[in-house]
Amino acid sequence: MTVTGWLTICLFVALLTLFALPVSRYLAAVYTGERTFVDPLFRGPEQFLYRLLRVDPEHGQDWKQYARSLIIFSLAGWLVLYLLLRTQTLWDFTGLNPMHYHSGTWDVSFNTASSFLTNTNWQYYGGETTMSYFTQMAGLTVQNFLSAGVGIVVAIALIRGIVGRSGKSLGNFWQDMVRTILWVLTPMSMVIAVVLVWQGSIQNFSHYLTADGLTGLGQQIAMGPVASQEAIKLLGTNGGGFFNANSAHPFENPTAFTNFFEMLVVLIIPAALVFTYGRMAGNRRQGYAIFATMMVMFLGAASVAYVAEAHGSPAQHAAGLNTHVIDGSSGGNLEGKEQRFGIAGSALFDTVTTVTSCGAVNSAIESYTGIGGAVPFANLSASEVIFGGVGTGLYSILLYVLLAVFLGGLMVGRTPEYLGKKIEAREIKLVSLGILITPLTALFATALATASKAGRASIDTAIAHGPQAFSETFYAYLSQANNNGSAFAGYTGYIQPNAGNLGAHGITFADLLGGFDMLFARYAPILFALAVAGSLAGKRVSPAGLGTMRTDNPTFVVLLIGVIVLIGALTFFPALLLGPIVQGLTGHLY
Amino acid sequence: MKRDVITSVIGIIVFTLFCGIVYPLFITGVSQVAFAGNANGQKIYANGKLVGSKIIGQEFADPVINKKTGKVEMSDGNPVTTPDPRYFQTRPSGTTPPDNAAGTEFANYGPNSIVTEAAIAANIQAYIALDKARNGTPYYPGGLTPGKVPVDAADTSASGIDPDISVRNADIQAYRIAAVRHLPLSTVDKLISQYTAGRGLGFSGEPGVDVLEINLALNRLTGGS
Repeated sequence: MTVTGWLTICLFVALLTLFALPVSRYLAAVYTGERTFVDPLFRGPEQFLYRLLRVDPEHGQDWKQYARSLIIFSLAGWLVLYLLLRTQTLWDFTGLNPMHYHSGTWDVSFNTASSFLTNTNWQYYGGETTMSYFTQMAGLTVQNFLSAGVGIVVAIALIRGIVGRSGKSLGNFWQDMVRTILWVLTPMSMVIAVVLVWQGSIQNFSHYLTADGLTGLGQQIAMGPVASQEAIKLLGTNGGGFFNANSAHPFENPTAFTNFFEMLVVLIIPAALVFTYGRMAGNRRQGYAIFATMMVMFLGAASVAYVAEAHGSPAQHAAGLNTHVIDGSSGGNLEGKEQRFGIAGSALFDTVTTVTSCGAVNSAIESYTGIGGAVPFANLSASEVIFGGVGTGLYSILLYVLLAVFLGGLMVGRTPEYLGKKIEAREIKLVSLGILITPLTALFATALATASKAGRASIDTAIAHGPQAFSETFYAYLSQANNNGSAFAGYTGYIQPNAGNLGAHGITFADLLGGFDMLFARYAPILFALAVAGSLAGKRVSPAGLGTMRTDNPTFVVLLIGVIVLIGALTFFPALLLGPIVQGLTGHLY
Repeated sequence: MKRDVITSVIGIIVFTLFCGIVYPLFITGVSQVAFAGNANGQKIYANGKLVGSKIIGQEFADPVINKKTGKVEMSDGNPVTTPDPRYFQTRPSGTTPPDNAAGTEFANYGPNSIVTEAAIAANIQAYIALDKARNGTPYYPGGLTPGKVPVDAADTSASGIDPDISVRNADIQAYRIAAVRHLPLSTVDKLISQYTAGRGLGFSGEPGVDVLEINLALNRLTGGS
């Protein structure tokens, strides 16, 4: 461990909070229809889009109408993406398939389409060896925007339900989507993409380079429109890399500066939305309380990961390596990590992208030490409520808030109320289902994959034995169910002997199980969250009295952390014991 | 219902054109005008030939020639190579062949795995072996032991094309480079500080030495092949 390492973590937290405040004000203005400084630029296109889409933006939707628009829009997006993946060669006329890669197989395409639609960006394919530039742009980049948009609008709808005082309307799905794309995601992505190119990311449509190499060995270098996709990949907490090596690739994450910048980009919207919630609720302290909850858990996770990785791994020590910090060397577990990021830059990036649903990686999670690798497991086990994905994090933690309010209410013996609205049996049923559906899906899929021969076919037996093999499997389905997308990357669903999809085949079982895992664990909680919003929207607000339990003080923060940890531990502890914890507690090699 | 279907279909088409075509083209235009060198991959040319990219690691090795047949030895379609002692060596790579910039992948070596231990031990041995002159004497004063090998030289990088090595790693290799190239050690050390990129913003990440750049600089000093 080094002073600069800890400084990185502290400065990151400070800068994130600093930037999140103004962004939260902007987001609140966008979703309440107030004026913003970019209005003159976007009002025109906005009205044009409404005419094109034939929607009346002022038409309020109740939760069922809102959900129906969302589901049908998602279905259409899935179909288009699946078709694009399957017909990659049809688009060769655009000249954007310089390597003449063939179309994807049906099973891997099913997995990929489901993955990008659900903001998961789990990748059974390697970007530079399977995808044309056209597919990456018109297929994958588009869903990077839209899936992020869907997450945000659900959070906004839930906020409106909780704080709403005007009957059953949750707003208009189409208006929310259009404003999210125009006001939030596109302009921010443009700035981010240009910063990345300035630092060394590439953005071109060239044929892959063929270099001689200094010693004449020769080297082929993949090219492409990387920065534009990288920007929204991070901003929308998507995480699907243009290249197989994801954010470890120097073209995606060229410098230690971009590494820090990219982490801020990942967390900026999830963190800002929490403050936005406080603003929209008319009580900013509600936002601060949730932010504090998230920050405490985030700092805990980042610190544990950093300490564990700085210590080094049993395999390194057995091979005789000195993993202490020495002059000119970072020491620590640098296996599967890049020199320019070092230990702290890798451990923090790993924490940032697994507390959110981003799932981008700048280092190989499978190579993390047992305890360091248990951190992403724990983050996923908390159902990604520590900031979480754009929107998904906020609507997920609000479900936990309602549950905590209910439990608190039981303890003090009063009817639980949240922001003046009574929490009753119907809401608690929906909340419980919304919270439990993701862990149950993950555990069910893991059990199925572990117990079946077809599931074990995905394990890379050349490198993974014993608990590591179980960790690979468990992480795969946990990550997909949480729509995260990071991986213990030895687990595979695609066999490709040569670049370009020709002669390749998917491991159908893993592709399908993972695909359904993602779809179900994305849309079921969305429906429950919208149902809760609908149920709360129409309720009357009673004024807060002396006996009302406060939800904006430290006591509530402690209660909320307790609820999150308790639910995560109760559901996942036995499974975690079998994988990362066994690895973390033993110095034994197997 | 029908309205939603129509709106969805139009919506996907419009957003595909906007986010999938217009936006990437716009960014490409801006990048190609403002940062053309970066946007095209920071290509490095030497003697009119493309050598590689400044920020993509490559293997500094020579093909092994079979003494009987006189041909390059192959393994699984890729040439067998041996590290070239005249050059700073990049970090171990998990791709096939090493430093494959058209097919990056992680090695995914687990923390408690015997496979990992074997891989790290092999990297250490290779590193120590390269430090020995033909007569077996080490270039590094006092010789290297596993405990003296810096972690970045023994651990596989993430991308498999890590362009950098640690300063410690470069300092150790400097003794070999200086001896093989008949340069004073101070000259090599000066090059190392010249091609070391510091931490981002002064605190983020670790300093690293760009291996391709420093090797090119060495060639400019003493001639390469």
